[in-house]
Amino acid sequence: MTLTISALKVSIGGSEILHGVDLEVRAGRVHGLAGESGSGKTMTGLAVLGLLPHGSRTAGRIELAGRDLLGLSTKELNVVRGAEIAMVFQDPATSLHPMLTVGRQLTEHMRHHLGLGAKEARARALELLAKVRIPGPEAAIDRYPHQFSGGMRQRIAIAIALACEPKVLIADEPTTALDVTVQAGVLRLLRGLCDDLGLAVLLVTHDLGVMSAVADEVSVMKDGLVVETGPRGQVLREPRHPYTRALLDALPGETVGTGTPGRETPGQDLTLGGEPR
Amino acid sequence: MSPTSAPSKTGKAPSRASRKRSPLARFLVRRVVTALLLALGITLVTFVLTNLVPGDPVSANLGQRALGDPAIVAQWRADHGLDKPLPQQYLLYLGGLVHGDLGESQQSHRPVSEDLADFVPATLELAGAAILVSLVLGVAFGVFAALRRDRLPDHVLRVLSLVGISVPTFWLALVAFYIFFYRLQVTPGSGRIDPGMTAPPHVTGLYTIDSALAGQWDVFSSAIGHLIAPALVLALYTIGLLTRFTRSAVLEVLGQDYVRAARAKGLPGRVILFRYVVRPALVPIITVAGLAFGSLLSGTVLVEAVFAWPGVGQYAYKSATTLDLPAVMGVGLVVGGVYLIINLVVDVLYGVIDPRVRVS
Repeated sequence: MTLTISALKVSIGGSEILHGVDLEVRAGRVHGLAGESGSGKTMTGLAVLGLLPHGSRTAGRIELAGRDLLGLSTKELNVVRGAEIAMVFQDPATSLHPMLTVGRQLTEHMRHHLGLGAKEARARALELLAKVRIPGPEAAIDRYPHQFSGGMRQRIAIAIALACEPKVLIADEPTTALDVTVQAGVLRLLRGLCDDLGLAVLLVTHDLGVMSAVADEVSVMKDGLVVETGPRGQVLREPRHPYTRALLDALPGETVGTGTPGRETPGQDLTLGGEPR
Repeated sequence: MSPTSAPSKTGKAPSRASRKRSPLARFLVRRVVTALLLALGITLVTFVLTNLVPGDPVSANLGQRALGDPAIVAQWRADHGLDKPLPQQYLLYLGGLVHGDLGESQQSHRPVSEDLADFVPATLELAGAAILVSLVLGVAFGVFAALRRDRLPDHVLRVLSLVGISVPTFWLALVAFYIFFYRLQVTPGSGRIDPGMTAPPHVTGLYTIDSALAGQWDVFSSAIGHLIAPALVLALYTIGLLTRFTRSAVLEVLGQDYVRAARAKGLPGRVILFRYVVRPALVPIITVAGLAFGSLLSGTVLVEAVFAWPGVGQYAYKSATTLDLPAVMGVGLVVGGVYLIINLVVDVLYGVIDPRVRVS
C-alpha cells in the first residue's frame, strides 16, 4: 500500500509550518525524511495520523488506499490509527505508559482493532516480542517498561506498532534517544520488518548516517518544504540542492558527497561505522 | 469458555499471582510496620504533652475537703498510678491502651473509650461524606477544566475553586445555616437526625449505614438530609483544592508522549482519558487528598459547633477547656490514629496505582 502526501500545508496558530509537502512512501520501502530541527519532519509524520497539536489547520491530501486521511473524522481516523498506520516515537522512555505492563500495551489495541480475546491477544503478543527479539518473551510480557533498557523499550514500542499488522509505519527519530551501540540493532530490525512484512516505512531522522544505513529513498526537508527527493545513492552522493550539500558537509568527519573533488574519499560509505551488524 | 481453556488458565494463575503479589506484600508489610512504630510515637507524644500541662489532676478531681486530707490524696494518687515515676506511668498507660483502657473522663465520669465510641463515628460520618463529595466533584471538575483549558468552563471553575479555597469554613457554615435552614428552610436544622427520631441500633455508629442496615428508611433519609449541608460546607475547601491540583496534574499528563502514543494506537477516547490520563494523574491527586482529609478533620470542630453536630470536635473542645486530660489524650490518639491510617491508605494506593513503587 502506498502512502501519498501531496501539497500538504499545516499552519498552527496562524503561521504556516508546512508549505506544500509532497512525499510518496511505497510498500516494502524505507523512505527517509531528513532535515534539521524545525524543518517540519515530525509535523509531517504527525499530520498523517491526525495527531497535530490543537488549533492546527491542514490543507492538501494525504492519501492511503484511495482515501484522503485529512478528510476523515476522529472516529474514522481511529480505525486507521494503529490498524493501518502505526507510529514509533523518538523516546521509548516516555512513549510507553509507565504504569501498564508490556503485555497490556501490546494487546489493548489488538483487542480493540482486531476484536481478539484475551488469550489470543496474549499469544500474539508473545510472538511479536519474539519477532522484535526481546529475550524471554514469557517473562517480559508481564513486566513494566522501566524494567527494560532503552534499546529493549524501543523494540517493545516497535512490537506495539506492528501488533495490528499495519501497512504503513511512521518512525519518528526512532534511534535518536538510544545509545549509539544499540542504534544499529534497532535500524536493522526496522529494515528486516520492512522487507519481511512489506511495510511502507517513513523514517524521520536528522541523522544522515542512519539514513544512509537503511533508507531506499531519501527526501530532504527545509523550512517546511521538501527540497530534494530521490534514491538514497543519488541524493547522498550527488546532491542537487545546495541545502542537501550543506547538510552532508556538516557531518563531522564525513567527506562523502560534497561534490568537491578535493574533499571526496572514494569508496567510503556514509554510515555509523559501516552497515549495522 | 471452552472446557480445554479453563484448566490451563487456572493452572497458570497461581504462579503469575505469586510472582506479582510478593513485592506488593513486602511493600505492605513494610508500610504497616512503619505505621505501628509511628503509632507508638503518637502515644509517647500525647503522654508527654499531657504531663507537661501545668495542672494537677488531684486538685481537678478531688473536692476541697478531700484535698485537705493527705491520706486521701496519697490514696488517690496511688489508685491512679500517679505516685510512680513517669516512665513507669507511661508503661502502665500503654498497658491500659492495649486493653482499650483510655482512662476515665473527668467530665462525663465515663470511660474515655465509651465517650469516643459515641462521638468519633459522628465525625467520621461527616468527614467521610465530605471527602467523598470532594474527591468525586474535585477530580471531575479538575479533569473537565483541564480538557477545556483556557475556555469558559476552565475560567469559571478556576474562580469557583479559588472561592472555595479562600472562604473561611466557620463563616461559610454560619452563612449556609442562616440561608438554607433559617431563611429558605430547605435543609433540616442541627443534629444528626430529626429531633423526634431515635437513633438506629448501633452497629457502626454511622447513622446512614446503621439505619440502612436496620431497614429504617425514614431515619436513613433524615440522616442523609442532616448530613448534606455540613458535609458540603466542610467539603468546599477540599473541592477547590482538588479541582486545582487535578487540573494541573491532568494537564501535565496530557503533554506526555505516551498519551500521544495512545492516540496513535487508535484507542477510544474514554480509554485514553481514564487509562492514560486520569490514572497517572491520580498519584499527585491522592497525595493532596490525604492531606486534605487531615484539614477536614480539623475543620470539623467549627462546622460541628455551628450545626450542633455531636462529634469528636465538640468533645475535644469541651475536654480541652475543662482540662479533662484523659479525654484530651484520647482525642489526640484517635486523630493521630486516623492520620496514620490515611497515610497508610495513601501509601498503599501509590503501590496499587504505580507499579514502579512496588516493583523494583
